[in-house]
Amino acid sequence: MTRQQEFARIRRRARAKDIAFTAIRYTLLGVWAVIVLFPFYWMILTSVKEYGAYNSEFIPKFFTLTPTFKNYIDAFTTVSLGKYFINTVIYTAVTTALMLAVTVPAAFAFARLEFKGRDTVFVLFLALMMIPTELVIITNFVTVTDLGLRNTFTGLILPTATSVFYIYLLKENFGQVPIEIYKAAKVDGTSDLKFLLKVLVPICRPTIVTITILKVIECWNAYVWPRLITDNEAYYLVSNGIQEIRENGFGRDNIPAMMAAVVVISVPLIVLFLIFRKKIMAGVSRGGLKG
Amino acid sequence: MKRKRSSGWLYLLPAILLLGAFMVYPLIDVLIYSVEEGYNSASQTFNGVGLYNYSHVLRDPYFMQALKNTFIIVIITVPVSTGLALLISLQLSKIKKLRDLFQTVFFLPYVTNTLAVGLVFMILFKRTPYSDGLINLMISIFGAGPVDFIDGPYAAKMFVMCFYTVWVVLPFKVLILTSALASVKKEYYNAARVDGTPRWRVFTKITLPAISPMLFYLIITGFIGAFKAYSDEVALFGTDLNAAGMNTIVGYIYDMLYGNGGGYPSYAAAAALILFAIVLTITVINLMVSRKHVHY
Repeated sequence: MTRQQEFARIRRRARAKDIAFTAIRYTLLGVWAVIVLFPFYWMILTSVKEYGAYNSEFIPKFFTLTPTFKNYIDAFTTVSLGKYFINTVIYTAVTTALMLAVTVPAAFAFARLEFKGRDTVFVLFLALMMIPTELVIITNFVTVTDLGLRNTFTGLILPTATSVFYIYLLKENFGQVPIEIYKAAKVDGTSDLKFLLKVLVPICRPTIVTITILKVIECWNAYVWPRLITDNEAYYLVSNGIQEIRENGFGRDNIPAMMAAVVVISVPLIVLFLIFRKKIMAGVSRGGLKG
Repeated sequence: MKRKRSSGWLYLLPAILLLGAFMVYPLIDVLIYSVEEGYNSASQTFNGVGLYNYSHVLRDPYFMQALKNTFIIVIITVPVSTGLALLISLQLSKIKKLRDLFQTVFFLPYVTNTLAVGLVFMILFKRTPYSDGLINLMISIFGAGPVDFIDGPYAAKMFVMCFYTVWVVLPFKVLILTSALASVKKEYYNAARVDGTPRWRVFTKITLPAISPMLFYLIITGFIGAFKAYSDEVALFGTDLNAAGMNTIVGYIYDMLYGNGGGYPSYAAAAALILFAIVLTITVINLMVSRKHVHY
């Protein structure tokens, strides 16, 4: 065998090995993609099946030729899904706005303003990041109950509005903006507040958008605190609503209507995710935590 | 200068007020609650100070069940999800076509409502009078009998529980590891290629050390997250977790506080502090181990 032939043989074998590895790779990724997507497919499929048809399928069918939207109408008329939905939108909007109103000035104070005790307070803030919610939720529950704020938006929103972590993220970001800009603005006689709102916030918009989206996701999926604080259906958020629907709603067997409710609840965040995909993923890898 | 000094505090005021009321004060208060014996939430009185609440919680069979469940969830899901995330992100980092699509798909569970999707899992696994459910149908192809994963044997329930937990936590881990892998310097891999280093050696000598800080970050946060398991359990088994035998420590805390067995903030406080002690211990051990093995 000549050297050239041997070289060609080795190259062929290497290429075959590469192809085999690539095939294994795509198979593996494909399998997991199916596992991830299948529940979504199943909820949409089930939500358009007819109640009677669904219950007569001993062997579940993987598709339906007679899709119906009746379940969606049921989801909004038989149970108060619309109410839960509006509650969640209000809760999410107000909590996120309040979070911004609290964290942006605080981050600005830590990043740019000089006053006595600033660094000490900042260290104390950082220490608070290590405190698990489970520890403080007990007293918060008692506080809110004693104040008579159960089943109110105030009681729902106030304890969950601040986030030390977002203050920290924003402070870091504000700190990266050259201090010369701040000094120049001061020389021009711009007030701190005006500088913050007209200069710093626009420059740091990407970070602010990121924490806003993360907070929206958190609010939309909030379950534990709303469950403790609300037992009046009129104040349920979607997570509690879906639990209520499951236990007392359509009757345990009306799975298709339940799935329609699940689809309605899931769609807003999925749409948000598909629009802001890059931003959300970058934001989460920089500082997202689940739960 | 003087004006400036006070204005700094003004900007901090809302944050300090809210954090003071809903984080600092509760932190002190929870310690007090946990040592007030025989606290009555109606009359707000207690008869003594001591460690009775802790011993009561530790002798409560529901708490022991919750402790056991939580530890099983932690021991199974942390290694499985971290390993699976590593495997998936390694494959992701080596392909070019469809990579964006896969990344997007894998991230989806992160943005979904746990309670809502848990319901879909319940339907897939549940046996009803009408149907054995899709998963049982698939199992029966391999000749195994139908199992009720939601109301059936403990092992089956635990399996669904762990499976769903892994499904929920994987997106975050895959995302973090994929970006860690992307930041490993290409020169190292090229040098290894020139030397003809076998794949396995490249992985253990180049890839693993390079991503070890992020890997340990994931293991530490994974432990903390798994110890706080609760919402996923409710999603699958409903709010009465004690009846299902699937309660967790966090679930126990909330049950003590509110719900059918509620009205005992002292027991809840003691249980929360026990949980905090466990998580703190595990985290310290993790940090000690990581100091030995992580290459910064």
